[in-house]
Amino acid sequence: MSGLPATPASSVPVLALGDVLLVTLQGELHDATAEQLQDHISHRIAHHPVPVGGVVIDISGVEIVDSFLGRILAEIAANARLLATRTVVAGMRPAVAITLVELGLTLPGLVTALDVDRALSLLGRGPGSAAPAHPEGDA
Amino acid sequence: MQVAEHDTADGVAKELGGFLERRREQIAQRWADAPLFRTVFTVSRDEAVEACKAVVDALADVARSGRLEDVQAPGFAAVRDQLGRMAASRTQAGFSSSQIAGEVAGLREPTLTLLRAEFEDSSSEHLEACLLALTVLMGTLRLVVMETSVSAGEELIARQQLQLLEVATPVIKLWEGIVAVPLIGTLDSARSQVVMESLLEAIVDQRARYAILDITGVPTVDSLVAQHLMKTVAAARLMGAECIVSGIRPAIAQTIVHLGIDLGTIITRAGLADALAYALTEQGIVVSQGPAQGGSPR
Repeated sequence: MSGLPATPASSVPVLALGDVLLVTLQGELHDATAEQLQDHISHRIAHHPVPVGGVVIDISGVEIVDSFLGRILAEIAANARLLATRTVVAGMRPAVAITLVELGLTLPGLVTALDVDRALSLLGRGPGSAAPAHPEGDA
Repeated sequence: MQVAEHDTADGVAKELGGFLERRREQIAQRWADAPLFRTVFTVSRDEAVEACKAVVDALADVARSGRLEDVQAPGFAAVRDQLGRMAASRTQAGFSSSQIAGEVAGLREPTLTLLRAEFEDSSSEHLEACLLALTVLMGTLRLVVMETSVSAGEELIARQQLQLLEVATPVIKLWEGIVAVPLIGTLDSARSQVVMESLLEAIVDQRARYAILDITGVPTVDSLVAQHLMKTVAAARLMGAECIVSGIRPAIAQTIVHLGIDLGTIITRAGLADALAYALTEQGIVVSQGPAQGGSPR
């Protein structure tokens, strides 16, 4: 295999912050785009120059999460786990959470956080906590 | 030739409307003495007469439109508010709805007397038809009064239900990043929905990491209530907060086990204090007894 295999193009940007990949979803996400994103994230994790310490998916801009997107999120997390990376879904809106629960999608395998800040500190990479060993709580 | 016109129901209704209009003053004077109007308009008799006139006008209007049995007839719309007020004041005075209906029916008698006098010289069949039409009209009036009083009661109940929902589900901030909902009373679908919504809002507002659901005040937990609890816990978890259910009394614990409900994925604690202690410990906050106070001043 050559050095850089062609990664599937995705309309959703995946930002690399150090060893954390940050994905921000905005508005409505089409099913095809979501599937592309899933592929794209797996490739990015596999071919990142340094081992990826975590993936943060910010869905605070998403107003509707249907069963498909819910499944995609769970699959992204499962993929990442197989590639030895943790995934945190951040910023879910209350209305979205209620809808998912009513749909029976409690997404048990998914790690969640209130916002990106919390997600990063959950991964031990918060702005204040340079050392991943002590996440917080020295106050 | 006139008989032909009289015989149609519409013609009779129109004639009745005309009669009500002509005798407006007399009818109003008689009605004003009836207990229904007298007790509502206590300030002055003129006011009661005015109110009676408004009702007579409405009846005449309905009669002219020929919709004697129609509760929704536009003529009633003008007096609906007034009738509702009257019915409400009678209810406050401790009258049952059937008693109020009886009082409304009492308004028929003086009108009938006047009607008889008015049509004394026309044929008995015609008089009969007019009396029947008036009776039907008064029956409709009674229905309208009942309807307004019932709908006023329903509005009150709906408003109180809403208030009860709001009052019964406060979300309390116990500590930085810890919120609690003390649940009191039976947990049905509507309430658990409100609890879930307000809890999730509070999690966002307070940036809470831990949410405590205290069910000390919930009398019974059946499979439905347990399902509501699990939904709330799952929703809070999706928001990135951890949920703790506290205040499970021994009897409730037994019920849950008997029903075979699996709360295995939910963190439970005996009391609110235990739940708070758990949340504090998880956040690395240590609460310790301070140096002795007051006992030995230095």
